[in-house]
Amino acid sequence: MARFHVEVKVVPRATLLDPQGQAVEHALSALGFPGVERVRVGRLLTLDLEASDAHAAREAAQGMCERLLANPVTEDFSVGIAAGD
Amino acid sequence: MRVAVLRFPGSNCDMDTLRAAQLAGADAYFVWHRDTDLQGADAVLVPGGFAYGDYLRAGAIARFSPVMDSVVALARTGAPVLGICNGFQILCEAGLLDGALVRNAGLKFLSRPVAVRVESTDTPFSGAYRVGDTFRMPIAHGEGRFVASEHTLNRIEQESRVVLRYVGTNPNGSLRDIAGITNPDRNVVGMMPHPERAAHRQVGETRGAGVFDSLMQFAQVIGGAQ
Repeated sequence: MARFHVEVKVVPRATLLDPQGQAVEHALSALGFPGVERVRVGRLLTLDLEASDAHAAREAAQGMCERLLANPVTEDFSVGIAAGD
Repeated sequence: MRVAVLRFPGSNCDMDTLRAAQLAGADAYFVWHRDTDLQGADAVLVPGGFAYGDYLRAGAIARFSPVMDSVVALARTGAPVLGICNGFQILCEAGLLDGALVRNAGLKFLSRPVAVRVESTDTPFSGAYRVGDTFRMPIAHGEGRFVASEHTLNRIEQESRVVLRYVGTNPNGSLRDIAGITNPDRNVVGMMPHPERAAHRQVGETRGAGVFDSLMQFAQVIGGAQ
């Protein structure tokens, strides 16, 4: 078994209105940052996980997303795996 | 009619919901979220509040509470189950109702009376109304914007599964102005407005009592048929 560091990014579906993203986008443009588009505000979850290999760690993290960490109706997720300490 | 009112850590409309059900004549009692025995419930009410502080997503953690397995099993037998506000969010997360409830379009928590219209009376929680009945009930939510895919929304409409719709102003950006829906079997209902807060003359609005009267009427019809 090895330890892995997992990062799960959850963002609202692109087709869904994201009022937080819009508010941030307006604020950025008010601050004078040009060319900003399609701001989405989501969540970052980090966790350490024991698994036999990186593939198994990814599978486990994907299962977590499907069951709990993301809502399949409204959110998309991506999983990043790195070797843990 | 034995009616279980669930309590989660963070429920805050449980007492009002219990009282509204009792005023309608139900034998209503609380069931703690860690219990799995619904104590012979004929129906379940999932009240509003902020179960588990709405951590992760509203309803996301509560949906895995031990009691929810029993609620899902009872719902599958066709028993009436109602989710109000946070209860609606929990039932969506549990997969008993279509769609999801996300942050209000205006980002603000809204606590105010809104006008709603009854769109379907063919459920255990709306049978005492007439289609088109319009009245005010309070809303109190930060995540009440109902969303679903176009395909799901079309199916919900085609099957007349919208139970309540906002009229006049849509407070939270809900798609198709949806304030409440039912499942394909029509025994599970979720709504964002709070009927239990509009069920007594002392609080001004009384038409919300119809939700609980509907349940008692439903029980009589079922009882009469047996």
